[in-house]
Amino acid sequence: MIKKIFLLILIFFPFNSHGLIKVDITRGNLDPLPLAVSPLAIDEESKKQFEKILSKKDIGSEISIIVESNLKTSGLFNPLDKEAFLQKPDIANLKPRFEDWKLIKAQALITGKVNFVDEKLRVEFRLWDILAGREMMALAFTTVPTNWRRVGHIISDKVYERLTGEKGYFDTRIIYVAEEGPKTQRVKKLAIMDQDGFNNKFLTLGNELVLTPRFNKTSQMVTYLSYFRNLPRVYLLDIETGTQEVVGDFPGMTFAPRFSPDGKKIIMSFAKDGNSDIYTMDLENRVVDRITNHPSIDTSPSYSPDGKYISFNSDRSGYQQIYVMESNGKNVKRISFGRGLYGTPVWSPRGDLIAFTKLHKGKFYIGVMRTDGSGERLLTENFYQEAPSWSPNGRVLIFYRETKTDDKGEGFTAKLWSIDLTGYNERQVKTPTDASDPSWSSLLSN
Amino acid sequence: MSRSILISSVLHFILIIITAISLPFLAKKPIDLPPIVSVELIQITDKTNIPFAPKAKKTIEKIKEKEKKLVSEQAPPKKVKKIKPDSIPMPDDNVKKVKKIEEDKQNPEKIDNEVKQVSEFEKKELFDPNNIAALIDKSKVESSDSIKKTNKVSQDQDKNIENSGLSLSEEDALKAQIFGCWSIPLGLPYNENLLVRIKLELKPDGSIISSEILDHARMNKPGQGFYKVLAESALRAIKLCQPLRVPSTGYERWKDLQLNFDAREMLEG
Repeated sequence: MIKKIFLLILIFFPFNSHGLIKVDITRGNLDPLPLAVSPLAIDEESKKQFEKILSKKDIGSEISIIVESNLKTSGLFNPLDKEAFLQKPDIANLKPRFEDWKLIKAQALITGKVNFVDEKLRVEFRLWDILAGREMMALAFTTVPTNWRRVGHIISDKVYERLTGEKGYFDTRIIYVAEEGPKTQRVKKLAIMDQDGFNNKFLTLGNELVLTPRFNKTSQMVTYLSYFRNLPRVYLLDIETGTQEVVGDFPGMTFAPRFSPDGKKIIMSFAKDGNSDIYTMDLENRVVDRITNHPSIDTSPSYSPDGKYISFNSDRSGYQQIYVMESNGKNVKRISFGRGLYGTPVWSPRGDLIAFTKLHKGKFYIGVMRTDGSGERLLTENFYQEAPSWSPNGRVLIFYRETKTDDKGEGFTAKLWSIDLTGYNERQVKTPTDASDPSWSSLLSN
Repeated sequence: MSRSILISSVLHFILIIITAISLPFLAKKPIDLPPIVSVELIQITDKTNIPFAPKAKKTIEKIKEKEKKLVSEQAPPKKVKKIKPDSIPMPDDNVKKVKKIEEDKQNPEKIDNEVKQVSEFEKKELFDPNNIAALIDKSKVESSDSIKKTNKVSQDQDKNIENSGLSLSEEDALKAQIFGCWSIPLGLPYNENLLVRIKLELKPDGSIISSEILDHARMNKPGQGFYKVLAESALRAIKLCQPLRVPSTGYERWKDLQLNFDAREMLEG
């Protein structure tokens, strides 16, 4: 009996135990991550071979410069000055001395080496976590030597993805309208370049006016609008093969053809009987379907990434505003209610935001809002800017900006600019001529 | 029959007593924490020492001298006695403190130090509404004093901190340090669960003996690649910050520490 009572007391006796202290960390900094991009090591024999083929003295160093530049322009990384590096590239690639890299405040390190193997370029790279003292990733690529810039972009994408948790956007291209000549007599050509402005190529001669090129998200196909004998024509252009085909001649004013997410349809607006509405065309059988039927002007349609919804702008409320409807044209809802005029809505590849151009009190803004119209944020303001296009990861927007002409009608320029969702990282994208109407491709390496 | 009822009732009685002793919610009343009153201490002399015009200076100095005399003559020891126990409750012997303050009376710097010490204490522990009432209504002085005698500040309440965790100021210092070290990966999907729990074992100087991600299994689950990125960023923050800003005392209390990193608030905002 006593034993039982003792046992009961033992069970119920309040033991004084220490609870584990928990501290909630709900804030951090959004400063760019300091990282070191060591030049890729290369042996003398390979160096000579690449110098012959590419006329580049040190291809390893050139590739590392591309990686460094890409990561820096993203605004999320702060590549450290190479002058401060204590370890040589060839040794760092084998086993970094983490203490040396810690000293210069690097949190991550990229090392690698380049070889000339069977007439090809072989690049291997490693990403190191300096603070944890371990390797995070190691990959190798083999390609033709002329593809060396792409290798730099692919390495940048892999590093970006490993450190931020989302896909990169560096191994991509931008198609745009290259412009030359005075404002009243502009020559407009279709042009394409890498996202960093290199490898620029003109795709048309400039005989005909070209407008609004748009990439197909599933392949390297482009649709654009061109005026042939003063009639609007929608074209399809295969970037890889260079083949071009006419999708159709459309009556009246035709605007901004754009692919559906599966690439099987084109959505656009054109004026029929004096009224602009939204139509789709099936690229296989060329059947045209009418999506909206309203006496107002409906233009700039853009599919959601899942293809279930379409955003467009319309003046059905009296002023140009943004609307969203189901892909069959039902359940039209207005989503923009702010002051000013809203146009060119473009659905983010992530599906969470819609980018737009806004005109208010004589100024143009590029902004984003959620797909229900809430959370409107204006990212940049200027005299004239429009046509935002999303990077494939939905983090950066590219658009074009025009400057005012002076009293003599001179000083007009049109340039491409990019800005990320924070609104702080705004940069001009260099083009050899004036440029407008950019469209960002999906990742080439996918 | 009656015997068995008796045994049963005795056993029930024992059981009730054991329960009453052992279950803490019955034994202890929940601690009613008063709201925290933040106090900012300003050197009033810095704000009020404005240079006077040369003519007025002489007359003001004369007035000051007169005032000094008045203060030294009028400073009665009784007044200090009244203020002292309410404003500076120390765990030490009360009488000693009275003497100290009497000694320091003419030395404003020392008195300032005493006041600062109060502000650096846990305000929630020292704040006693009854004391304020006592200041207004002198009839309550005695009762508040008697409460203080039974509620000695230091040791009992230190135990309380030991059980509940770090004090607010200690926790804030640690948080502020880690905020500066944690670079949040911006590409994370903010509509997912972005909580990483890391258990740390610390040395007395705040450096890390070991760190363990508590939801480690989630790192390798399909579709949770972002979680690995987040967890690694949290580990980097801890390593970058070490030695952590931990209290100089009470090592047993915080040698095991859990940090919950939640990026959602930052990414949504």
